Amino acid sequence: MNQLNVAVDTVGVADATPDEKQPWAELGLKEDEYQRIREILGRRPTQSELAMYSIMWSEHCSYKSSRVHLRQFGEKNPRTPRLLAGIGENAGVVAIDDNIAVTFKVESHNHPSYVEPKQGAATGVGGIIRDIIAMGARPIAVMDSLRFGAIDHPDTARVLPGVVDGIGHYGNCVGLPNIGGETFFDPCYQGNPLVNALSVGVMPRSRLQSMQASGTGNIVILLGAKTGRDGIGGVSVLASATFSESGEDDARPSVQVGDPFTEKLLIEVCLELFDAGLVVGVQDLGGAGLTCALSETAAAGDGGMHVDLELVPLRAKGMEPHDILASESQERMLLIVDPAKADEVLARARRWGLLATAIGTVTDTGRLVVDFHGQTVVDVPPKSLADEGPVYHRPIAEPNDLALIAVDRAETLPRPTTDEEIRQTVLDMAASPNLCDKSWITEQYDSSVFGNTVLGAPHDAGVVRLDERTGVGIAISLDGNGRFARLDPYHGAQLALAEAYRNVAVTGATPIAVSDCLNFGSPEDPHVMWQFERAVTGIADGCQKLGIPVTGGNVSFYNQTGREAIHPTPVIGVLGVLEDVARRIPLGLGRTGDTIALIGTTGEELSGSEWAAVKHGHLGGVPPKVDLDHEMKLADLLSRLAETEQLAAAHDLSEGGLAQALVEAISHSGMGAQILLPEGADPFTYLFSESSGRVLVVIPRGQELAVRSACESRGLPITPLGVTDANTDGLHLRDHFDISRAEIDAAWKGRIGARLGE
Amino acid sequence: MSARIGIVTFPGSLDDRDAARAAYLAGAEPVALWHDDAHIHGVDAVYLPGGFSYGDALRCGAIARFSQVMETVKAAAAQGMPVLGVCNGFQVLCESHLLPGALVRNAHLRYRNRPARLRVETTRTAWTNAYAPDAEVVMPAKHGEGRYVADEATLDALEQNGRVVFRYLDNPNGSMRDIAGIANEAGNVVGLMPHPEHAVEALTGPSTDGLGMIASVLAHLSEGARR
Repeated sequence: MNQLNVAVDTVGVADATPDEKQPWAELGLKEDEYQRIREILGRRPTQSELAMYSIMWSEHCSYKSSRVHLRQFGEKNPRTPRLLAGIGENAGVVAIDDNIAVTFKVESHNHPSYVEPKQGAATGVGGIIRDIIAMGARPIAVMDSLRFGAIDHPDTARVLPGVVDGIGHYGNCVGLPNIGGETFFDPCYQGNPLVNALSVGVMPRSRLQSMQASGTGNIVILLGAKTGRDGIGGVSVLASATFSESGEDDARPSVQVGDPFTEKLLIEVCLELFDAGLVVGVQDLGGAGLTCALSETAAAGDGGMHVDLELVPLRAKGMEPHDILASESQERMLLIVDPAKADEVLARARRWGLLATAIGTVTDTGRLVVDFHGQTVVDVPPKSLADEGPVYHRPIAEPNDLALIAVDRAETLPRPTTDEEIRQTVLDMAASPNLCDKSWITEQYDSSVFGNTVLGAPHDAGVVRLDERTGVGIAISLDGNGRFARLDPYHGAQLALAEAYRNVAVTGATPIAVSDCLNFGSPEDPHVMWQFERAVTGIADGCQKLGIPVTGGNVSFYNQTGREAIHPTPVIGVLGVLEDVARRIPLGLGRTGDTIALIGTTGEELSGSEWAAVKHGHLGGVPPKVDLDHEMKLADLLSRLAETEQLAAAHDLSEGGLAQALVEAISHSGMGAQILLPEGADPFTYLFSESSGRVLVVIPRGQELAVRSACESRGLPITPLGVTDANTDGLHLRDHFDISRAEIDAAWKGRIGARLGE
Repeated sequence: MSARIGIVTFPGSLDDRDAARAAYLAGAEPVALWHDDAHIHGVDAVYLPGGFSYGDALRCGAIARFSQVMETVKAAAAQGMPVLGVCNGFQVLCESHLLPGALVRNAHLRYRNRPARLRVETTRTAWTNAYAPDAEVVMPAKHGEGRYVADEATLDALEQNGRVVFRYLDNPNGSMRDIAGIANEAGNVVGLMPHPEHAVEALTGPSTDGLGMIASVLAHLSEGARR
């Protein structure tokens, strides 16, 4: 055996030197946490153990500030036979039919994407894909929800193109279609952009995998890339602390580097191994690397684990045991394999040119023991790392300014009054950063690989076929609205949930499950914790009401620079099922002579709206009302009308209201629209209010009565607005104004590239 | 028995399953071929699909040309077997010198995914004989390195010998002379950047124009069988 030249801090050394001063504070641990580690071990931790506890007990891994609130999801989740795996797994799994299950999850990679936009975003995509593989599924699509600072801020020109390049490069090379998402700009995200990535995968129900390291004597295999120095301290340092205002701390070495080619091989090898029944347990290596994978698989199993760390293939020289344990090198998976099948596993990996190395065995000692060249550097109870981290009951306080903000209503702001002013407002809004065409971004993503993408960007939801024989498929939407959540986190979170739910419903799909990514400021700020608690409660209550469970997700705290936190930004992913994707409802205007109508009620709700932000830089008042009963009726109606093929098109009304929905439908379809607003309606309010629960529908000729009666029988108000007309050039708003297609396209298209100086 | 089209999987191939679907939908029998297996299992034609073979190490397609399967494919192509390379497969054909020229970074330097309008410039190849002369077709073009370049003499020769197979109507990447696809002299080897396999169903693609390429090779093969 190789003898080691450098002195390693072993368990024996730790026993002999109990008073050695250790850098627990530098690693982000609190004094009482350090003392607890000493109690658990009955001695001081070794350097490797200290590194492992600091990582596993970090905010990112332990959810120590959020855990007491996230419990609500489990408590309030509606029971559904569809849910095959839920919170606590790598990703939630839901049954689609008797044979097929789908797994999906959204996760943040915010801090790395600010430090190193391309690699930060790329590895965010890579990480979420491995979560999907770890459940036993073939990843079939990705989506992304992005938030940046002001579009004309110089740093946005650094961050945005890098993030988009990273998402595109990784997704395109690994071969996954990007089926949509959202991009928003707001100065509150200037120093803290949000990069939330979602992936979805499909599997036969029988292929569901477990992360348990069970079966004494089973072999622990590390599959994939070599382990290097990249990403050491990524989660404990980057994702669990606030950026300093000076910006002097150089966190660059902490961002990992992605290799989508290796990830593609990982997908193929893992699926081959699962299909051949060669794997007992599997866990991906992401944040916290081997530390997390070893402790979680061992803790989920029934015994212990012994690992010989010098067997881990290394990319860099001179790595010490704690470096190897903490490395966040990408594109690695941990497999638990029956010894009789280990050779076949190694051979199949080799066939694909992928590295696979046996590094340890499952034991019955109840301890996770890690040796390095024969010296024991870790000897801990695995549950103490994975499951028994600290739990904080952080102080909560309602922000002082809330009452003041509530009375500062956008409904009192000066509005355009003449037809010419309103007409110009339609164009100005269409050209504004949050509403304009996003194809500069989405064209950098492959959307058609796999040949199953039925709807992608710019549709309200992505639709993917799962089975070519039956036509069964899924719809997914990813939505958030930080402004509404800033005004009222409980209802703001529910508005995001309602929007994602409705976006899925407008394709004709039936919503069945939720994944959420909760982006907030520092949990050490009681006002932020209040926002967090309110938002989580809003989502949990909302999902209970809608009858769809939260299946998993991710919390990202510390999106804060100095004292300035981002708007609370819960991003909600909703998954729906379509029995036959051929019957999905697209975006557009149908054919000449089709009826354009609005389902839902338009109130005077402008607070938190895009109009208030664009035209007045205003954020105040209370957000639009949310009515989940109404949303359920609407979803039921749309899925019924999709089945009977009684709608030619549908489009959710959200940011920018009816005006923006018309702009998008006209531009996308190439058709014109003749619109007559209801009698007595104030044109400005009707066009720009952001009242929730509204859908623009296009009804084929001859179906008007049937659709009207389907609405009335469900108590849903429907208002005819006009007709589709190929001969109308753009938008004709009778008695008010016309806007030509050329004007619409000139306002709406090409804005992102132009604003970024391209 | 329907014709057998071999579809090569390199490490990093992404569109192999989609190419198989296209072959199947057009009435051919797809056969999986493996990059380091020199045996091509008696197939009648070969389809090199898109993706990032070997992670695009060195240059796109540069490593794939040295694979076991490409040795056999090169020999078979010389004997007249129809070979199609799409996107990364086109890059492999150029790197393998089965087709002249090269595919370099898009002039605008970004990966771009748009439905591309193409004109079929010649129907006298194994892969385009089923199209109407000068037909306009739509297939997705999506790549970061798809700008076709060659020296003037090569370009002139391609034009004069009717070896420009597809031309972009809205050049998306700065390709010389708007070239989207070319053929070898015999017309049995064709490479193009846009993806026929992603234009095979109205439900999922911008058109079903891609089916014409498989229909062409089937017609070509049955023609050969009759002779």
